[in-house]
Amino acid sequence: MTPIDAKRPLQLNDNGQLRHFLSLDGLPRELLTEILDTADSFLEVGARAVKKVPLLRGKTVCNVFFENSTRTRTTFELAAKRLSADVITLNVSTSSTSKGETLTDTLRNLEAMAADMFVVRHADSGAAHFIAEHVCPDVAVINGGDGRHAHPTQGMLDMLTIRRHKGDFEKLSVAIVGDILHSRVARSNMLALKTLGCPDIRVIGPKTLLPVGLEQYGVSVYNDMNEGLRDVDVVIMLRLQRERMQGGRLPSEGEFYRLYGLTTQRMALAKPDAIVMHPGPINRGVEIESAVADSAQSVILNQVTYGIAIRMAVLSMSMSGQNAQRQLENEYAAEEQN
Amino acid sequence: MTLPNPEQLLPEMAAALDLHLSSHRIEQPRFIGIRTGGVWVAQALLALRGKDEALGILDVSFYRDDFTQNGLHPQVRPSELPFEIEGQHLVIIDDVLMSGRTIRAALNELFDYGRPASVSLVCLLDLNARELPIRPDVVGATLSLPPEQRVKLLGPTPLALEYKTLASAN
Repeated sequence: MTPIDAKRPLQLNDNGQLRHFLSLDGLPRELLTEILDTADSFLEVGARAVKKVPLLRGKTVCNVFFENSTRTRTTFELAAKRLSADVITLNVSTSSTSKGETLTDTLRNLEAMAADMFVVRHADSGAAHFIAEHVCPDVAVINGGDGRHAHPTQGMLDMLTIRRHKGDFEKLSVAIVGDILHSRVARSNMLALKTLGCPDIRVIGPKTLLPVGLEQYGVSVYNDMNEGLRDVDVVIMLRLQRERMQGGRLPSEGEFYRLYGLTTQRMALAKPDAIVMHPGPINRGVEIESAVADSAQSVILNQVTYGIAIRMAVLSMSMSGQNAQRQLENEYAAEEQN
Repeated sequence: MTLPNPEQLLPEMAAALDLHLSSHRIEQPRFIGIRTGGVWVAQALLALRGKDEALGILDVSFYRDDFTQNGLHPQVRPSELPFEIEGQHLVIIDDVLMSGRTIRAALNELFDYGRPASVSLVCLLDLNARELPIRPDVVGATLSLPPEQRVKLLGPTPLALEYKTLASAN
């Protein structure tokens, strides 16, 4: 009997294991914890003389970047290489699509190169999901950021950072500050924090940069930064997305910094051992004061290191889930023949 | 057939290990247990030796050759090696030796840390089902099992062996 369950989330296989990694929406707490635990083990690999394990030996990982990114692309590349996969990176924004090729045609070509995994970054929300639905079923798709929708590996690396520096999520107050409206990082972080049991998630920003319907994430909203930062354990700053900003939302960058910039004085409102996080690239003097970014409380560079481990975990777990699914389907087929 | 009691096998194993090390002129062995059962056996052996010797812990999940079939072990944890591997005489300790594939994975992992001077293998139980040319230097007991039967080590205190029957697919 072949179980065909239309409601089964696209990113899980019939055993409930990861086979694509598109969004944190709907993923259970156990799975998020498994990703964090696996990443912890990969962190240890990154500290060795030979920073490589043979898990994805013989597999081909294709990074397809329809949108520019340096940190995400290089850390995905490094993660795949540390798993012994072969890696191709395509900056599609500068290749065939500019010559008129459609998204599906680009993908068919990549499939023909026998890629086993795609890491996709796209300016449109839902692009990774679309690709996962349309690639051949054996290929795993990892979302490296899609429009305003999700950036799940960033969300998970932020969770790893919090867990390693602050421990148990159930005892923490976490503030997410800045341009929430344009931020897929904020969305992924809110989902992950809620799933992992964080009781106090605060979202701080000007009304013009807060999306409607924030309540569904179980967060409290603050327009006054000084009020929102009081006694928090973790401050997650977001980059002011100047390239996504189309007039009218902010009077000026100077004004934004005056009201929502993370300065040394403001940081003093948080708990004395609070940590400061930022997905990068940081705009010094726009959303964060240089002295705060370089302070002992800042874990911004640790986040980059943890990002490699998280990406290794997600790549290997998705490949593993795809393999398991293929085996299950072979078993269903064998049963049908009997 | 009743399974042997590990607590009775251990003193003999400790003596055999001593002999093995001295006959190979190994003065400073580095002990490494394979997670999870191998670590328990290693701890028990080190306690019997009574010297203050560090124990390394190896998790071979990232090196297994059945990844494409069985996927990643969901409870993988970091390896912890509190000493250098380069130029050292290593003693790998595991609970049950069956196909030898776990030991192959362990060797591959250890060589990523450095080039050891030598590697010896200690196993509590050898099931006589080798699929690779890997043999223990010190072994507690050897037995042969029917194909669907396995043995599992319970622990850490007291150590005990238990039969396990595989749920067969057909």
